[in-house]
Amino acid sequence: MYFLLVYMYIKNHVYMFPDLLGCHGKCRRYLFCCFQDRAGQFFSSGHTNNWAVLVCTSRFWFNYRHVANTLSVYRSVKRLGIPDSHIVLMLADDMACNHRNPKPATVFSHKNMELNVYGDDVEVDYRGYEVTVENFLRILTGRLPPSTPRSKRLLSDDRSNILIYLTGHGGNGFLKFQDSEEISNVELADAFEQMWQKRRYNELLFIIDTCQGASMYERFYSPNLMALASSQVGEDSLSHQPDLAIGVHLMDRYTFYLLEFLEDIHPASKTNMNDLFKVCPKSQCVSTPGHRTDLFLRDPGSVLITDFFGSVRKVELTMETINLTDPIDAESGELQKEMHTYADQLPVSEIIHQKPKQKDWHPPDGFILGLWTLILLVFFQTYGVKHLKHIF
Amino acid sequence: MGLLSDPNRRRALISLLTRLNTPICIVCYMAGVAWFMGLAFEPFTLRTYMSENAMGSTMVEERFPAGERALATGREFSAHKKRTGGMPVEWLMKTMQAKGLEVFTQRFSRTLPFPDENKERYMVRGTNVYGILRAPRAPRTEALVLSAPCSPGDNNNQAVGLLLGLAEYFRNQIYWAKDIIFLVNEHDLIGMQAWLEGYHHTNTTGMDWSPLQGRGGSIQAALSLELSSDIITSLDLVLEGLNGQLPNLDLANLFYAFCQKIGVLCTIQGKLQRNDWDSVSGYSHAVQTMMLMVMKQASGRPWGDHGLFLRYHIEAATIKGVNSFRQYKTDATTIGRLLEGMYRKLNNLLERLHQSYFFYLMPSLSHFVSIGYYMPAFGLLAVILLLRALDLWVQLSTPPQRTEDGSSPGVLSLLTPLVISHLTGVALYMLPIRFQEMAVEHFPVSETEAVVLTAIAVYTLLSPGTEQGWRVLKLVAVLYLAVLLGCTALINFSLGFILALTLVPVAAFVTPHVPKVLSAFILVILSPACTLLFSVFFFQELQEMPISFQDGWLLFLSVISQGILDHSLYGSLVYPLITLLVYPCWLLFWNILFWN
Repeated sequence: MYFLLVYMYIKNHVYMFPDLLGCHGKCRRYLFCCFQDRAGQFFSSGHTNNWAVLVCTSRFWFNYRHVANTLSVYRSVKRLGIPDSHIVLMLADDMACNHRNPKPATVFSHKNMELNVYGDDVEVDYRGYEVTVENFLRILTGRLPPSTPRSKRLLSDDRSNILIYLTGHGGNGFLKFQDSEEISNVELADAFEQMWQKRRYNELLFIIDTCQGASMYERFYSPNLMALASSQVGEDSLSHQPDLAIGVHLMDRYTFYLLEFLEDIHPASKTNMNDLFKVCPKSQCVSTPGHRTDLFLRDPGSVLITDFFGSVRKVELTMETINLTDPIDAESGELQKEMHTYADQLPVSEIIHQKPKQKDWHPPDGFILGLWTLILLVFFQTYGVKHLKHIF
Repeated sequence: MGLLSDPNRRRALISLLTRLNTPICIVCYMAGVAWFMGLAFEPFTLRTYMSENAMGSTMVEERFPAGERALATGREFSAHKKRTGGMPVEWLMKTMQAKGLEVFTQRFSRTLPFPDENKERYMVRGTNVYGILRAPRAPRTEALVLSAPCSPGDNNNQAVGLLLGLAEYFRNQIYWAKDIIFLVNEHDLIGMQAWLEGYHHTNTTGMDWSPLQGRGGSIQAALSLELSSDIITSLDLVLEGLNGQLPNLDLANLFYAFCQKIGVLCTIQGKLQRNDWDSVSGYSHAVQTMMLMVMKQASGRPWGDHGLFLRYHIEAATIKGVNSFRQYKTDATTIGRLLEGMYRKLNNLLERLHQSYFFYLMPSLSHFVSIGYYMPAFGLLAVILLLRALDLWVQLSTPPQRTEDGSSPGVLSLLTPLVISHLTGVALYMLPIRFQEMAVEHFPVSETEAVVLTAIAVYTLLSPGTEQGWRVLKLVAVLYLAVLLGCTALINFSLGFILALTLVPVAAFVTPHVPKVLSAFILVILSPACTLLFSVFFFQELQEMPISFQDGWLLFLSVISQGILDHSLYGSLVYPLITLLVYPCWLLFWNILFWN
């Protein structure tokens, strides 16, 4: 069973091993026994790339802490290896350049200005009024207009592990976007189901830091979802510390302790999810953080933090050489025909060569019919039916 | 059948109403007065709290260092003021420019309708000086105002000094999102009115002013500072503005929150808060504070320079520094820090203050009573009028037992008293000022007095009418009074309530059949003019400065003349309301009393 899995993996992803195509029996046996002891480690997670969608949903100067929350998770995620091209950062307001910021171009997460999470190389993909419920759902489901640039898309595939982090003001079953609209937990669960059906993720970690955050993951029903929230239903998530020079609260408690926890993680850490569940107990957070793992197929203890927060590519250095005796020829490449192609997320060729849609002919609809009936009725009423013979 | 459409039930209800009318009216009156007195009882009030999320709590770090330098600037200002004998315009302009503000001036002039004895002025001419601190990075769409009056003599020098010190400190900060306008106005309220009219391009009072050269965007909030000594012991907050309008309660909450944070003693109506609400003296203290606020609001005068801002929907308050004999003294640096903290919080505002109450009464600085709680007191008094009207209506619709002259009351007999009383009101409104122009050697107030007395004397000659006629007139008068008092209470609750307290019993009991001399006496005691006289004495009592009858009478006359001046200078509506509407209504009741 185990070897079958490995064999199926190699068969499906044989394009990753082009130099093995020429190997016949002997080489394949060699392949299996080399990977045997490392396979458990290498193939246990099943993902090949990492994405992160980090959303701050509230604007105005007194919601400084939500932007600081999102930027501190962004900083950790970038430090652990996920590149900007794989991060979709949505910030609803610009705190660093707000007129009221006494230290322009900075966003601090620790008081006395110890840590500037804005940094020099932050790339915000959705800013200001672009952070809406519609845009957020379109990113998740991939239904974006063809003109959307790559940096604003979530180009994940069925081997992507996605981290989704939401912060802002919320309530029982909803999260408020920008003081004007809300996303409900049902909408979010349906969006994740769409993602699952379109095979847009391998595993998804959902973290939410709002009041009554646990209500947002109650309705999930798609497989391979793990969720964490900063407070249970009926509890408020509290902010951590104010900075008197800036005059606002800098961070929320849960994300503050999450940031402290993540600062200890480095790309080779073996810390697993059970440690993440212990972040910010009630004594520090005042609210009770919650988590949900029943939809997740693997045991949380075997899931590494870096599976979601980092972008770890295992590289194996080998000093051994393999002699390729036979050249590759086209006839012996039956395996080539079974190659699978990468599903094109951005069908550029179709967009360029699109023909205009032909409009079908529709019979006149009710309004036109009604209008003509009215005209006829009026005509016959005024002039009487006996004039009918003059027309027909 | 329904309660009102069933004739039997209706008759029963009506007979109940007519039988028990007087007892119900008396019970309602007592209940109304008791409710009003109960408003000051602490368990019935609410603690104040900040409603505006953007202002948040008081977590800012105040770092204003230069209190002593501000006082030195104040002394310089005082010296220059003495030298020029008025406002030292050049010195102020030079100082403000040195601190980095954009400085502008405005000239204004106004001739009062008659000489003002309290402030000893008749032809007023002055200059306002103001400097604008532009926000370093923000667009110039919103502004905050800090103002200090330039008063004659030794008053308010420290206020101007502190204003200039704060201007210098604020200029060095980069976190301002709104422009800050530092205004020094001459001739207190007249100068402030000229500046506001020039800023908003309105001209409602006929003043003559030069247009403003520099502007700062729409004003979100304003504070006016009155500080006359180097060391103070407490800060007093003044909220009452023109026509009894109050600023948003959040401004008072902000002030109180900062007072608690910095540890300065803060008062309202000059009275310090007490903790023993369950004792008699504690309760009476709260009642006194609340009654002072009611009196001040009912007078319709602006009690600080901030009072004129409220008309333009700008939340404003005056902060007065008080130096009394207490142990704990506060210096100018601390006051500067308090103002700095308040302005930093106001800076965080995104829209005008609107989350908290606009109509409230404050028995102390940390407790308030909102309109939903105090309006039933007035409602109970208005119900008396409506009950009386229903009673009269019932009496009018039942045909009389014996007819006297068979004629129904003509419209003319009804209209005549109405027209005559309103004409008298108009005369009372217009004559004092007109006669002043003719007879300059008399005091203006004696003219008013003469007009009032002659009007009353003349009015005892009346036209004849039928038995039913007085009922119709009384019905009309009672409904008219109810509508008038209701509208007044909505805008200025205190004025409406005080008028209701005295006029509602008048309206309820007066008929041609009560003993004439006694009722005439009571009617005069409860007339608006006498109510004003008693209020003056009561106000002095509340402020713990009781005065003798002679001084009281002079004060009463000066209050009337100030009321007329307020109306012509700032557009206060109390004087026209009393003369054109309340006084004719009272005259109608006088007419009913002497119906023959």
